Amino acid sequence: MAKERAIPAPLTNPETEPFWAAAREGKFLIRACTECGKAHWYPRAICPHCMSEKTEWREASGRGTIYSVSVMKRAPEVYAVAYVTLEEGPTMMTNIVECDFDRVAIGDRVVVTWRPTQGDGPPYPQFRPA
Amino acid sequence: MTIKGKAYIAGAYEHPTRLAKDKSVAQLHAESALGALRDAGLTKDDVDGYFCAGDAPGLGPLAMADYMNLTLRHLDSTDVGGCSYIAHVAHAAEAIAMGKCRVALITLAGRPRSEGHSGAVPRVRGADAPDTQWEFPTGIATVNAYAMCAARHMHQYGTTSEQLAWIKVAASHHAQHNPHAMLRDVVTVEQVVDSPLIATPLHRLDCCVVSDGGGALVVVSPEIARSLKRPLVKVLGAGESMKGQMGGEVDLTYSAAVRSGPAAFAEAGVKPTDIKYASIYDSFTITVLMQIEDLGFCEKGQGGKFVADGNLISGTGKLPFNTDGGGLCNNHPANRGGITKVIEAVRQLRGEAHPAVQVRSCDIALVHGTGGLLGSRHGAATLIMERE
Repeated sequence: MAKERAIPAPLTNPETEPFWAAAREGKFLIRACTECGKAHWYPRAICPHCMSEKTEWREASGRGTIYSVSVMKRAPEVYAVAYVTLEEGPTMMTNIVECDFDRVAIGDRVVVTWRPTQGDGPPYPQFRPA
Repeated sequence: MTIKGKAYIAGAYEHPTRLAKDKSVAQLHAESALGALRDAGLTKDDVDGYFCAGDAPGLGPLAMADYMNLTLRHLDSTDVGGCSYIAHVAHAAEAIAMGKCRVALITLAGRPRSEGHSGAVPRVRGADAPDTQWEFPTGIATVNAYAMCAARHMHQYGTTSEQLAWIKVAASHHAQHNPHAMLRDVVTVEQVVDSPLIATPLHRLDCCVVSDGGGALVVVSPEIARSLKRPLVKVLGAGESMKGQMGGEVDLTYSAAVRSGPAAFAEAGVKPTDIKYASIYDSFTITVLMQIEDLGFCEKGQGGKFVADGNLISGTGKLPFNTDGGGLCNNHPANRGGITKVIEAVRQLRGEAHPAVQVRSCDIALVHGTGGLLGSRHGAATLIMERE
């Protein structure tokens, strides 16, 4: 396995702290609205679809499909930036890891995997081939 | 209410430098301002409105207005990335139409080349931005955000790398005539697709240059425009918008030009087929292709076919674009290409473009820009102008 890029620690805030606390336990949460019923990404207190304050954390399956992907060649360690469409609906920006960078493609099925971040940052959700 | 006919671009100046190791950013702003005022036949004492964006050093417009010692009654520091200066022309026209100012100065400058900033290096756009904690850890660089749009466009519409390459080829045909352009060699489709992959599917020659430099514009009231000796370049219409990730309903195949474009065409009272010359923001080849589709120059998904075979080359193609060589070959000062887009459109409307690329009977021109990142969240500004 090729050497992986060091991942900067996400700068968390009170609105998002529960996500990162759950991440430390290996749980992948998304935010959903009980008013309009839709899940969204990135997680917000106020629903971006209907602007309701009635949003809640839900544990996601961690499974999804690559919507788009770009393999960064001009870097010390090659890496893939992607959008993954989650089973629950929203599409999120992430990385694809543990994959063949010459073959990773739109439509590939992927599953969440957690990577440590720099310092004592919380683990960051990335995706690997399912 | 409309801005149609309420304001004119009287001064336009592109700083000739592409590498400014011996100058400050403030100096480049002021040198550009001086150039545009001289072009218009005005002085700093005529200026009563000032517009700048995030490239200006200091707090909003305050530091640069003080550096140039301007006396102002209208200030605007709208920052929507590289297309800010296109929006500033519209905002200046609005201010002039409302009587808030009569001579508006717009400046841009930066030294990303001297300072080693390129679009292949991840950078934080506001540590406190709500998206940063989710996206910065991915290592997304500017080029990746555009590359993901290209990848999706290829997947969905069958667009090819060769079609994207035609955009660079056209820009290079124009740049050969511009003595200030960073890249003056004419390139072929093969050279573009054989250049090293930076971020799949984009190659090195799909990317714009990184240059130091600056530019400035002077927008004035009709009375002042008619008192000056320069050709009359009139603002006909403008539109602006933005597009983000829509709460996770991401769609990378279109840009906010789908909203800014129709608004500008409606205000101007013209159609895409009326446009003789277009300045289209070209941070990357895919940026041009998507904007051309979204502005209505061709059907969605047909941009690849539209740009191929030299259709963007002045003199032979149907839509001559970026006749200065654009960001792809000429200049992308401060990593923000909006102002140079307006400047080349003004040259075309005045008949002052290089004779080899000057569009004949160029009476109506369009300028369109994208700011921020096309693949995550971006601004869009469209401007339509007419030679009176």
